[in-house]
Amino acid sequence: MNFFGEIGACGPERRSCVPAAAPAPAHCPGPESEAAGTSSACAGCPNRAICASAASRRTTVDPDLAAIRQRMASVKHKVVVLSGKGGVGKSTFSAQLAFALASAHERCGADGSGSAREPLQVGLMDVDICGPSIPRMLGIEAEDAVMQQTAGGWTPVYVNDNLAAVSVGFLLEDPDEAVVWRGPKKNGLIKQFLREVEWGELDYLVIDTPPGTSDEHLSVVQYLKAANPDGAIIVTSPQDVALIDVRKEIRFCQRVGLRVLGVVENMSGFVCPCCRKESTIFPKTSGGAQKMAQDFGIPFLGKIPLDPLIARSCDEGRPYFAAHPEAEASQQFFSIFDGVLASLGEQHSA
Amino acid sequence: MSEQVLVADTGVSKVKHVVLVLSGKGGVGKSTVACQLARCFDQLGARTGLLDIDLCGPSVPKIMGMERQLVHTTTKGWLPAFVDPAHARFPVLSMGFLTDDPDAPIIWRGPKKNSIIKTFLEDVRWGELDVLVIDTPPGTSDEHISVCEYLHTFDPDGALLVTTPQNVSVTDVKKELSFCHKIGLPVLGVVENMSGYVCPHCTTCTNIFSSEGGRLLAQEAGIPFVGKIPIAPALCECEERGVNPLTVPEAAASLAPLMEFAKSFLAAPERARKPAADAATATAASS
Repeated sequence: MNFFGEIGACGPERRSCVPAAAPAPAHCPGPESEAAGTSSACAGCPNRAICASAASRRTTVDPDLAAIRQRMASVKHKVVVLSGKGGVGKSTFSAQLAFALASAHERCGADGSGSAREPLQVGLMDVDICGPSIPRMLGIEAEDAVMQQTAGGWTPVYVNDNLAAVSVGFLLEDPDEAVVWRGPKKNGLIKQFLREVEWGELDYLVIDTPPGTSDEHLSVVQYLKAANPDGAIIVTSPQDVALIDVRKEIRFCQRVGLRVLGVVENMSGFVCPCCRKESTIFPKTSGGAQKMAQDFGIPFLGKIPLDPLIARSCDEGRPYFAAHPEAEASQQFFSIFDGVLASLGEQHSA
Repeated sequence: MSEQVLVADTGVSKVKHVVLVLSGKGGVGKSTVACQLARCFDQLGARTGLLDIDLCGPSVPKIMGMERQLVHTTTKGWLPAFVDPAHARFPVLSMGFLTDDPDAPIIWRGPKKNSIIKTFLEDVRWGELDVLVIDTPPGTSDEHISVCEYLHTFDPDGALLVTTPQNVSVTDVKKELSFCHKIGLPVLGVVENMSGYVCPHCTTCTNIFSSEGGRLLAQEAGIPFVGKIPIAPALCECEERGVNPLTVPEAAASLAPLMEFAKSFLAAPERARKPAADAATATAASS
């Protein structure tokens, strides 16, 4: 896929009265053409150098992509968790999904099927460079978890025997230190995460992303393209303010050719711990995520109610559904996880 | 359009105060705080502007009830949308005003984002303003570096940090605090949002996202604590419909800390171009 062309095409459809930041010259051959940056129309264009360098780069294949494909060959399923909106629970969902997948075979045994299957190997990659939440949600404090660099690459941090994670949080000496990086530096680190982490044989790799549709997202999709990702799970909260951003994210997936495995509605209604009655905090003005999924023709995986205990479990870094298996939210989590597995064509629990 | 606009200057050179609303974490209510703080300033009679530099997920048009508004180009630069177009009062600018299709994603890498932010600050006719409130995306990356780099010459008053009470969010805000220190941006205060929810059935207050995180953070870091904004369904409702919550008593009550902050911000004597320490202590003394 030609990403340079993609980005060019993905700019906002500007109204005619608004000038582009750097307008293309009249006979612009287009950044994806062979003549990009070299045609006579390019002379004097502020983007000439960029187009020219991209054109020369296209003739040679990025050697890192081959390395990423090789590294990812031992990973069976690659799932990206996305949301245009921040704070809707991407990291919470990613962490709980990873916990659930890592304990899937145990649930299998508990159901009595009791086959002597190997536990699933699960990896969780946090590409939210500026606000990594995964270390805390997996219960790994920064002090005692450092990614070791070996001859073969980086060793991820292990939560359990079969659950490993990488995050920029494991690379910081001071957890409060801000990572003030512009795009290219972030892209470089994401590439390293994909190319150099020694996961070993993995059944699942869950990739948690920051909000938005920018550098991190383009990079993950672009680099993973070589390794055939399974698709994306979109997380949202029910209110319109979140849904307008999430719609953009779905369109992003469609544009870059990433399959949407389904939509999860988080923070859907609040059950009072005192009287057990449900009330709505974030109103579904336009029908919530279910209606949006219908409109886009993509699967709706389920709703997770707002439960104060979920936030507490995340702060403590423990699987919520294991501590509160009888809770409504746990039931929803399980049914959503089953939906995810079904869309991947896998079955682990009974 | 009125006279006032025609004589106004392009860019932010005639803007007296700039307040950035920041948070390392997404979805904690930056846009809510930015929009409602701007409304507080406006209600208090200050000439206010609102700029949204969250390019990939602009929420300001929705919250301000200004969806499908247009930005016009003139010979002297872009003309922002106005909350009160009849009097050219309260200019607002957001990426949301530049896209025809509300679902179209803005898939831009850093350099392109930086260039549009520069345009927003340089080529837009903000005119003479007392306060410009800037809403930012989550994180500490391109948008933040660019806006701060550019504003540096104008000596912005500082940043208002927004957090929710739980640890995960407070961790991210600590990063934002370290970002402010790194680039020398004064911190005006910390707002704790989504602080407690009162069940409409039994009136028990539940701290959904635990409690006190914001206050503890402010104490620990020695910065002013602006206050707690509770989870208020009335406020959510207003934002979904784009209604001014200051006109709805239930919603306005939840915004009291922001109103107090706005009052003390405007009341602080000789605020203009003051060193950081003074601004911080002025707010601390009044809160």
